[in-house]
Amino acid sequence: MREFRGQSLSWQLTDGVCELALHREPANEIGTALLAELEQFVAALDALQNDVRAVILYSRLRSGFSAGADLRELYRRMRGLTAEQRVAGVRQFLERIHAVLNRLDAAPATTIAAVHGVCFGGGLELALACDVMVADKMARFCFPELRLGILPGFGGIPRLKRDVGNAVVRDLLLTGRSINAQRAHAVGLVAQLAAEGQALAVARATAQQAAKFDSAARSRAKQFSKPIPYEELQREIAIFCELFARPAVEEGLRKFVESSAPLPYLP
Amino acid sequence: MRTVEQTLEEILNLAAEHFRVPRGQLSPDDDFFKALRLDSLQALELLTRLEQHFGVELPDYEFQGVTDFRTLADRIQARL
Repeated sequence: MREFRGQSLSWQLTDGVCELALHREPANEIGTALLAELEQFVAALDALQNDVRAVILYSRLRSGFSAGADLRELYRRMRGLTAEQRVAGVRQFLERIHAVLNRLDAAPATTIAAVHGVCFGGGLELALACDVMVADKMARFCFPELRLGILPGFGGIPRLKRDVGNAVVRDLLLTGRSINAQRAHAVGLVAQLAAEGQALAVARATAQQAAKFDSAARSRAKQFSKPIPYEELQREIAIFCELFARPAVEEGLRKFVESSAPLPYLP
Repeated sequence: MRTVEQTLEEILNLAAEHFRVPRGQLSPDDDFFKALRLDSLQALELLTRLEQHFGVELPDYEFQGVTDFRTLADRIQARL
């Protein structure tokens, strides 16, 4: 298979470059549907690894790259369950998304996230698994999870720590504020800035360049420069589950789901 | 250094231009969510355009509860 058209995402492989488009309305929230198609994608990426030299992840939606985890689905699924059942369910989901992001992180091809609009929470965690982040200058980045009484759960802290200084990690995490693309570029989160509407074009040019290189050298360069923090990733799942068991999290999710505020991600 | 009145005027001009509302329809005490018909994504767009225009960072938590242009100008002025 060299192309796929799903409900939440589609991809195609052309001349060594695989482009994956996210298109789950309204804002590419990552729930069970999108996760299942990401699992199919990373399995295909493994099968096609001799043919894929670069991968671009982008969004077809105006809203942006991704608003993060599907909190409405999470809230719907957790209602009526015991605390133990909730934690077991969320742990299973986290193990699955970590498996996907670890495989994307370790893929021998050069992976590029072309980001525009919102890149929040789980969406930022997806982008952080890529090798190079290209951002439209109107993009915004945010880890709002503490506002809900939880931490980023898709590998966000270990991968953010890998890319930027710890003071930046704490600023993003402990304030929950969103930063613009210029700031993200200045702190080293974003590799390349693009004009409005040009992130995909810049990512395509970058992919063409990356695809020229010898595959063995590219793969070894990735392994050497971008080690995957497996132990911290497992620790993150454990901390997330500890926090998730508390009633305050259900209350935080309820407020978010029922909010009609103009900026609903604010507490 | 801009005065707060200059900051306010620049905000009104920027909002009118980017959200295609006649400048004459916008007043300092208007609720900008209503005047510009902003959804949550457009509110973030406004924040980003203000940051770019004034060359400052504007943490979104400082804008919680801010709805009128005049208070917005005060918050921005504190960062200039």
